Amino acid sequence: MSSMMPRNLRGEAISRWVRLRQRFDDMETLRQRLDYQTGLLAAAGLLASLLLGVGDLATQGAIEQRQAEDLLATLEQVLPPDLHDNDLLHDVKTVSDTGLGETRVYLARKDGEVTAVAFRLSATGGYSGQIVLVMGVKADGTVLGVRVVAHAETPGLGDKIEIAKSDWILSFSGRSLDNTPEERWRVKKDGGDFDQFAGATITPRAVVGGVFRGLEFFRRHRIELMSAATGGQR
Amino acid sequence: MNPDFRKITRDGLWDNNIVFSQSIGLCPLLAVTGTATNGLGMGLATLAVMVVCNVLVSWVRVLIPSEIRIPVFVVLIAMVVTLVDMVMNAWLHEMHKVLGLFIPLIVTNCAILGRVEAYASRHPVAHAAMDGLMMGLGFTLALVVLGAAREALGAGTLFASARLLMGDSFAWLETTLIHGYRGFLLMALPPGGFLMLGFLLAGKKLIDKRLAARQRRSIAVGETLVET
Repeated sequence: MSSMMPRNLRGEAISRWVRLRQRFDDMETLRQRLDYQTGLLAAAGLLASLLLGVGDLATQGAIEQRQAEDLLATLEQVLPPDLHDNDLLHDVKTVSDTGLGETRVYLARKDGEVTAVAFRLSATGGYSGQIVLVMGVKADGTVLGVRVVAHAETPGLGDKIEIAKSDWILSFSGRSLDNTPEERWRVKKDGGDFDQFAGATITPRAVVGGVFRGLEFFRRHRIELMSAATGGQR
Repeated sequence: MNPDFRKITRDGLWDNNIVFSQSIGLCPLLAVTGTATNGLGMGLATLAVMVVCNVLVSWVRVLIPSEIRIPVFVVLIAMVVTLVDMVMNAWLHEMHKVLGLFIPLIVTNCAILGRVEAYASRHPVAHAAMDGLMMGLGFTLALVVLGAAREALGAGTLFASARLLMGDSFAWLETTLIHGYRGFLLMALPPGGFLMLGFLLAGKKLIDKRLAARQRRSIAVGETLVET
């Protein structure tokens, strides 16, 4: 094949190859140098942080919007549409409570009157970590709905508290501190009103306890919440 | 197919499978294989990260001196995983809600560092990409098999809530094997993962032994044929 090539072209190919080899040999000595290694490590760190910064800037807005959409979707599941005509995400009152701490309460209004509230709370005592709930409570203190928004319970057992896996969580709707006395706010195994799952009692027990604490929280702040000014703090 | 690629495929899926042969990456493996669906999700997320990391490292491999390769690789992998997490959260939000839990776990998967270090840093980009793909597929396979075995014994179902991972068109994957099954808690918990992994490893060794025996026999037969 090489004999068919014109002489000058062949010569150029060879000299290019030699130059390439030389560069590669230089690379070999370069890689041994301490300043090169330090520089490369610094450059890798710099490049990574730069890319992460750019990535963060590029995705931040979209992520915040998705999270707001998620929150709104959850709020709308626990606050029926016929109870409100306001913008839920921007009608918020922050309440400091002895039991739940600082809690952001989302107010549902119809014609300016507070008809129901929704708030997030963490139930403790689960199988693994906290179970984060969002619950909606009507002005008269009955539960409109409860949803689990984050948990780390055992998949296949404790995760039946998710609405996507089981409708167990709907069993709280319509309950209140008035129609269900304190000693009935337990799972059936402990002598209460709520089902446990086959093989998993700890998780439902924690959720029942959490909802009960949520209702107590609402009772403590009912008057304050019902008379909250429109708009509230954001 | 290129013979190199055929060997890479064989290594990734069976001969040198990350889980069944190398026995690495067991932390995320045991953490998520409670169900086949979770195994599949983690497997696919790992596969994506593995391909990207392998290509990236193979691409810049000439620049990286061996003395500092490990910290450079770790920085690169952590960066890729974080970027994947952010991008999925922003634009594949529904999928992120399901897989989001697993993505930070990928950083703890030493199999990625292992492939980058043992393969990608010594081979051209195309080979490294293929290796990432096949090793990732092999890992996915192991996760799905282990998840399916644990789920079948633990809850009597297969691919429960696959819908949440892949959309309603995959609802047909969800099967209940045993109706009214009471569940076997041990299998759903991490110790069950170890037990099942042990059985699967033993099973693989058994199959390999059979294959080797058959190969020996056929070689012996071939030799007698040559002699006659």
